[in-house]
Amino acid sequence: MAVAIAPAPAGVSLEALAEKARLLRKRIITMTTQAGSGHPSSSLSTVEVLTALYFGGVLRYDPRNPRWPERDRFILSKGHAAPALYAALAEAGFFPVALLRSLRKAGSPLEGHPNMRVLPGVEASTGSLGQGLSIGVGHALAARLDNRLYRVYVLTGDGENDEGQIWEAAMAAAKYHLDQLTCIIDHNGFQQTGPVPEVMPLVPLADKWRAFGWHARDIDGHDLGQVLDALHAAARVHGQPTAIIAHTRKGRGVSFVENDYTYHGKALTPEEADRALEELGWK
Amino acid sequence: MEVGSEAPLRVGPATREAFGEALRDLGATHPEVVVVDADLNNSTRTDLFAEAYPDRFFNVGIAESNLVGVASGLASCGKQVWIASFAAFLLPNAYDQLRMSVAFPHLSVKVVGTHAGITVGEDGPSQMGVEDIALATALAGFQVFVPADAAETRAVVRAAAALEGPVYIRCGRPRVPVIYPDGCEFTPGQATQLREGDDVTLVACGILVAAALEAARLLAKQGVAARVLNMASVKPVDEEALERAARETGALVVAEEHLSYGGLGSIVAQALARRAPVPIGFVNLGDTYAESGTPADLLAKYGLTADHIVREARATILRK
Repeated sequence: MAVAIAPAPAGVSLEALAEKARLLRKRIITMTTQAGSGHPSSSLSTVEVLTALYFGGVLRYDPRNPRWPERDRFILSKGHAAPALYAALAEAGFFPVALLRSLRKAGSPLEGHPNMRVLPGVEASTGSLGQGLSIGVGHALAARLDNRLYRVYVLTGDGENDEGQIWEAAMAAAKYHLDQLTCIIDHNGFQQTGPVPEVMPLVPLADKWRAFGWHARDIDGHDLGQVLDALHAAARVHGQPTAIIAHTRKGRGVSFVENDYTYHGKALTPEEADRALEELGWK
Repeated sequence: MEVGSEAPLRVGPATREAFGEALRDLGATHPEVVVVDADLNNSTRTDLFAEAYPDRFFNVGIAESNLVGVASGLASCGKQVWIASFAAFLLPNAYDQLRMSVAFPHLSVKVVGTHAGITVGEDGPSQMGVEDIALATALAGFQVFVPADAAETRAVVRAAAALEGPVYIRCGRPRVPVIYPDGCEFTPGQATQLREGDDVTLVACGILVAAALEAARLLAKQGVAARVLNMASVKPVDEEALERAARETGALVVAEEHLSYGGLGSIVAQALARRAPVPIGFVNLGDTYAESGTPADLLAKYGLTADHIVREARATILRK
């Protein structure tokens, strides 16, 4: 059997992880501007969560054997944040970084939303919101059937919590006591047409998850220490799944995009991308 | 095969009962088979599997969207997942999930819609899945099977288990006439000819196969020789058998317990428009929902009996 691989050693420094996060932001902005479309702002809010998962010693994976049966699973339910996932997978070694340039082009496995049939490391085809948590429940039930110890992480958007299927899945996960399942909610506060409290209020979000039988906690989703701590703590919860409500900022890291929902689904122009990379210290 | 030409068919088990038994039998030979239901197990008859293999059965409650998503996750991990619910609820309610989480990634999820058609009867139109064939065939990569009786249902379940990708199987609520002997075979993409004839071909699936056989007997008394094709494999459809029927009999009637648009009739018409255009008649529900009533009363009122097939056949022959 393959040995569990934690790409970052347990003693990885937060400074090194912050540098990795800065690199992922650069890749997200560059690839979406090259593609001329995509959802960079929805991707930027997820960067610390993805950095902690892939490079903070949380996920066990083997990029040379993407279907390794014992691997931990990460399911990007908010599929429009694909650029963030692609940046992380490339950096983790699932495919060459150069492939990021082909984002959204015909013939490329880097489609606008993740397609598990064509890209190694993608665990679920997503893009129709609300479906990833159910798929995660299926992976967790399969782990139980097969006596495997892998863990399952699902990242949803906050607006995605409007979908009824999320709560169907939440009930099922609690029923089956799926403590190997963690759902991270990227609570960036905005959905396509406006602020979450105006489009569809979610408050009290953590209490909702608790009422559905989950262990739930709120964290600052851009504080790598808090993200790592919450992910590791989830593995110590017994008998119930964990929801981590990661309070984030849409467009995090780029001042003129941050919290401006009109940037949803829009790539930066080459000039804007230059300014963004300058703000991030890449110019 | 030829079915005994004049003896009336005896009534046998419902296709959903046969499905439940076949699924339980599959559990013994296929350890990778997992079953998920949305709290209709004692109606869909997945309860038979649940009793035999409780560890491989999950009831996710009245939540069809989650039902399909959970099946997708299990299938991604190498399981062959069977899910069942009423045809009226499963496809219309969870269509986005079937498209996005099953069809698009082409996973091994076998979807069974029971209580299809108007023979649900007294429970009324809210319970009647009458558009499931249209919806299922529109899912890219799905194969769609509509067995005619209990024996054929068992054969369809065995065949579906041997297929890699997604499958939809339509089953019904009531007991149905016996057409096939136990142990019969089913091959995806192959029609079975149940009766020879050269004046017209009656193409049918599901409960309309028995009605087509009865119609052929009635037509024979009127001097019309009708061929009968059971098109249990709706997708892929047997285009060769249809072309042969068109060339040798010159007219077809397609009979199904389904709405007019997108059902077997649409599929047959599309195939023959390309390969061998001939007059085609249609026996189906048209563009309307039914109502509560006994199955027999509803079949008569909504035009799905042997007599309706006979009338449509005679009218279609005149258009040759």
